Amino acid sequence: MKARTVMTCREAIEFIAEYLDGALPVPVRTEFERHLAVCPSCEAYLDGYRRTVAMGRAAFAELQGPTGGTLPEGLVRAICAAQEKRGSG
Amino acid sequence: MNTHVWETAVLPHGPEPSPPEVEAPDSSPDAGLVLRIKSGDADAFEELVREAGGRMLAVARRMLVNEDDAQDAVQEAFLSAIKSLDRFDGRSRLTTWLHRIVVNACLMKIRSRRRRPERSIEDLLPQFRDDGHQKTPSQSWKPAGPSGIEQGEVRELVRRMIGELPEQYRVVLTLRDIEGLDTEAAAEVLGVTPNAVKVRLHRARQALKSLLDPYFAEGFA
Repeated sequence: MKARTVMTCREAIEFIAEYLDGALPVPVRTEFERHLAVCPSCEAYLDGYRRTVAMGRAAFAELQGPTGGTLPEGLVRAICAAQEKRGSG
Repeated sequence: MNTHVWETAVLPHGPEPSPPEVEAPDSSPDAGLVLRIKSGDADAFEELVREAGGRMLAVARRMLVNEDDAQDAVQEAFLSAIKSLDRFDGRSRLTTWLHRIVVNACLMKIRSRRRRPERSIEDLLPQFRDDGHQKTPSQSWKPAGPSGIEQGEVRELVRRMIGELPEQYRVVLTLRDIEGLDTEAAAEVLGVTPNAVKVRLHRARQALKSLLDPYFAEGFA
């Protein structure tokens, strides 16, 4: 049986983003952590949420190097031609 | 090949956003290149396209997925940038300025294309009982993720699930978590309040988690 805490799951889950950003005021953070300590469901939710954010960021890592790769030559030509046309038009 | 000519490139909230990284005007390494472009030096323009284009195309690919759309957005962004180059005062990094312009160009593309039917975000958010506790307890995620799937496949799966999100949530998640814009910058680009960005980002992450649960949570087949 779940122990009674002041903060509900609904409230705790609404605070997750600010909690991870370190933006919760101390009293709210304390209540949040107290809730987590007695609520395995919210603790699991927080872990899944945190990993979701990390995986979202990692999902595109292979599409971005430090310079983002090279522009296809055809696109370089098209952009330069469009600019030239605009400049002379 | 992409050969569209964008005669008018009006971006939703102006193509010359205030960049967050500020440098002294004289110390900008881009100042010389910008001056040459302003004077009509075609070689300088091409130099800029080659130097910054790859990074901009990577941004467009992350936001638009479709390769033709991504290349169109990059072209539109360059032409918009040149059009408003007089307003670039050299106090910021040119790459930062161009990043914001290509993000705007991508948003224009997203808004202009036909909307596909989307699932409701509500279906992907946690449900609660009247007493405020979760209707269905959350399951822990497997420590190592799904078995038998390579990391590359996991990344592809996550990209696909991000693509499943309703557009207004997917865009915010992309700007904040993937492009790294802060809340205020994302709000400025989207023309919404910072609080709206925070709410949408939280919901987008929650929805993405729900879409990933079947692959990562204990208790799913």
